[in-house]
Amino acid sequence: MPHKVNPIILFVKESWLLVVAALVFGMLLSGINAAWSPKIQANKQKKIQDAIVTLIPQTADAQEVIKDELLSFNEMDSARITIFKVLDENGILAGWSFTATGAGYADKIDLMIAVDPEFNKLLGYKVIFSNETTGFGDKIKDSFYKEQFADAPAGKLKLSKLGDASIIDDEIIAISGATISSSAVIDIFNKYVDTVKELMTEKGLLK
Amino acid sequence: MANSSSPKALPTLLAGIWKENPVLALLLGMCPTLAVTSDVKSALTMGLSTSFVLFCANIVVSLMRNFLKPHLRILMFTLTIATFVTIADLYLKAFLPEMSDKLGPYIPLIIVNCLIICRAEACASKSGLFISILDAVGMGAGFTLTLCILGAIREILATGAVFGKQVLPVVSENWLSTGGMPDGFIPMFAFALPVGAFVTLGLMLGVVNLINSNKK
Repeated sequence: MPHKVNPIILFVKESWLLVVAALVFGMLLSGINAAWSPKIQANKQKKIQDAIVTLIPQTADAQEVIKDELLSFNEMDSARITIFKVLDENGILAGWSFTATGAGYADKIDLMIAVDPEFNKLLGYKVIFSNETTGFGDKIKDSFYKEQFADAPAGKLKLSKLGDASIIDDEIIAISGATISSSAVIDIFNKYVDTVKELMTEKGLLK
Repeated sequence: MANSSSPKALPTLLAGIWKENPVLALLLGMCPTLAVTSDVKSALTMGLSTSFVLFCANIVVSLMRNFLKPHLRILMFTLTIATFVTIADLYLKAFLPEMSDKLGPYIPLIIVNCLIICRAEACASKSGLFISILDAVGMGAGFTLTLCILGAIREILATGAVFGKQVLPVVSENWLSTGGMPDGFIPMFAFALPVGAFVTLGLMLGVVNLINSNKK
């Protein structure tokens, strides 16, 4: 008759190294995470603040009026959104800014979009995160494309392959060789702007 | 330990740089090699991050090699590698946030980089601490160096720059309309795309094979 081994002793014998390693590595990671987490959060915050100041240069204070709220675009599509109320140094409303995200060519595209105090005109956008192709899609960060959004109407936008980029209206001229990335930015605007306006009106932030 | 291992020390250290170069000889870690070498900064960051993980994983695996159960071996390697990859990822997020954004999922994907698990299995789990460290340093240096060379070639050909600094004056935008000769370097944007990575790596492998065959 083979000798029957106690299953608990067998478990400890076989897996003690795994359990000890998991505990040690877990403690190491939690320590490092605790030490660097404030810095990581500060980086994220700074990126957002810098984006708001770039879009609305008179920014003296940016207050989160809606934080990480689930915004529903349709039955199948929703996203978390944070909206900032931007005040100038006299405490007067200088505009609104909100986070927006959508699918790009290579990865998601995260934008910070700014609109005027009445939500009638766009003030522009800044790319918070993108991984678009160098030399092509990453031109969504360049002034040629971005400047077409400043002062454009805060409504549905159209993308055209040809046209005069200096005319500011609802027609945005695509980046040559980067139609997918250009279109991705337009899609983000068309998805968010009206829905955010409705949400803010619902919350009493807009008249 | 060092004395008993010293006859093997130098060959172990140098093997990773040329004879057993992880990219050019062993063809390991192809995913980051092709994906994040469109510029030197990204290539260097990826190379150093991988080297850090390889170095730490080799030390830990070598230290616990006598306690490893055969059926838990791969699980222990993965646990060890995942820990150091998470540390590297957190470090980049805290201190190099732009690079962390740029490299995106490729830093967490170091966990499945076969170079690291291969060295843990082939070297660290069978060798002493000294040899394991030398192996990690050699392999890490070979991997980083190869990625940087690949990144430099692609960045120069795609943009005329290295480390973001312009080294070749780029042709003016309207040179075609003037009907004359190009007044500078014509950027080949294809080298920033995946096709550029495959072509450059293929040419590098060809050159290495040519050098090795001439040596024989």
